[in-house]
Amino acid sequence: MKEAPLFIHSIPIGSWQVPPFIIYTWLVMAILIIISLIVRRNLQEVPGGLQNFIEMFIGGLKDFTINTMGKHGMDYFALIGTAAFFILLSNLLGIIPGFESPTANLNTTAACAVTVFASTHVVGLSKHKFKYIKHFMGPVLWLAPMMFFIEVIGHIARPVSLSLRLFGNIKGEDLVVLILFMLVPLLIPSVMLGLAIFTSFVQTFVFVLLTMLYISGAMEEAH
Amino acid sequence: MKKTLFMVLMSLVTVALAAPVALAEEAAAAAAGAVDHKSIYSWVALGSGLGIGLAALGTGIGQGIAANGAVEGISRNPGASGKIMTTMIIGLAMIESLAIYALVVVLIMLFVNPYKIF
Repeated sequence: MKEAPLFIHSIPIGSWQVPPFIIYTWLVMAILIIISLIVRRNLQEVPGGLQNFIEMFIGGLKDFTINTMGKHGMDYFALIGTAAFFILLSNLLGIIPGFESPTANLNTTAACAVTVFASTHVVGLSKHKFKYIKHFMGPVLWLAPMMFFIEVIGHIARPVSLSLRLFGNIKGEDLVVLILFMLVPLLIPSVMLGLAIFTSFVQTFVFVLLTMLYISGAMEEAH
Repeated sequence: MKKTLFMVLMSLVTVALAAPVALAEEAAAAAAGAVDHKSIYSWVALGSGLGIGLAALGTGIGQGIAANGAVEGISRNPGASGKIMTTMIIGLAMIESLAIYALVVVLIMLFVNPYKIF
C-alpha cells in the first residue's frame, strides 16, 4: 500500500526520526499562534478583515457554549476553544495535497481525548471535593457496588470512544481519497474531498459537544 | 425478479461455502512448521469484507431511523427545524462512530498484521 506523498516525511532530531504527524502538529500550532498574535495586535471596536473573520468563529463558539453549558460554561472556554480550533485546523489540513492531518494518527486524538477526560475529573473533584464519589454511586445506596463498576466502565469508554471516533473518521477519509486517486484519478476524488470537508467540521462539532456535555455532567449535582 | 434474486443468492452461498475447501488445498501444500501467509490472508480478506459490510448494514438502518424521526419532527413543527437538525447531526455522528469502530478493527487486520506472531 503506497503512502501518501508529503512535503516533509521526517526530520531527524538527534538520533530520532520525527514522524510527519508531529511536524504537522507543529505547523498547526504555528498557524494558530501567529494568527492569534496578528489579530491581538490592534483590536478595534468595529472589526474589519481578519479580526471580523476570527470573531465570527469565536462568537459562534461562545453562543454554542452558553447554550449547552449555561452561564458558568465560559470558565472552561479556553479548553473548549483550543480543542475546537486545533482539531478543526488539523482535520482541514489533511485535505490539501502534500499535507497530512495530525488527527489522522491515534496518538494525537488520544492526547486530545485523555486531556478532556482528565479535565472532567479535575473539574468534578475541585467542585465537589470528596462528594464526587457520589457521581459513581447511582440513585439508591444499596445498589452502589454494582453501579460503581458500571459507571467506571462507562467512564473508561469515554476517552476510548472519543479518540477512536475522531481517528477513524479522519483516517478513513484519508484512505478513501488515497484509494480513489489510485483507481480513478480524474474527477471522482473531488467528491470525496467535499465529503472530507464536511466530515472534518462535523467531527470537530461532535468532539466539542461531547467535551461540553462531560464537563457539565461532572459539574452538576449527583442524582 | 424473485427468481433471479434467488439464483444470485444461491450462487453467493455456494461460493462462500466452497471457499474454505479451495483454500485448504493451498494450506496443505505449505511446508510443515512454516506459516503460509497466503492462506491466512484469504481469511483476513473474507473477514474484512464481512466485517465492514455488516457494520455498514447496521449503520444504514440506524441512521435511516434517525433521519426519519428528524424529518417527521420538522414536518410537524417547521419553526423548530434548527434545533431538530442539530440534534439529528449529533445522532448521526454517534451512530456512525459504531461503524468507525468496525473500520478500525478491519484496518488493524489488514495493515498491522497481528497474526505475524503465529
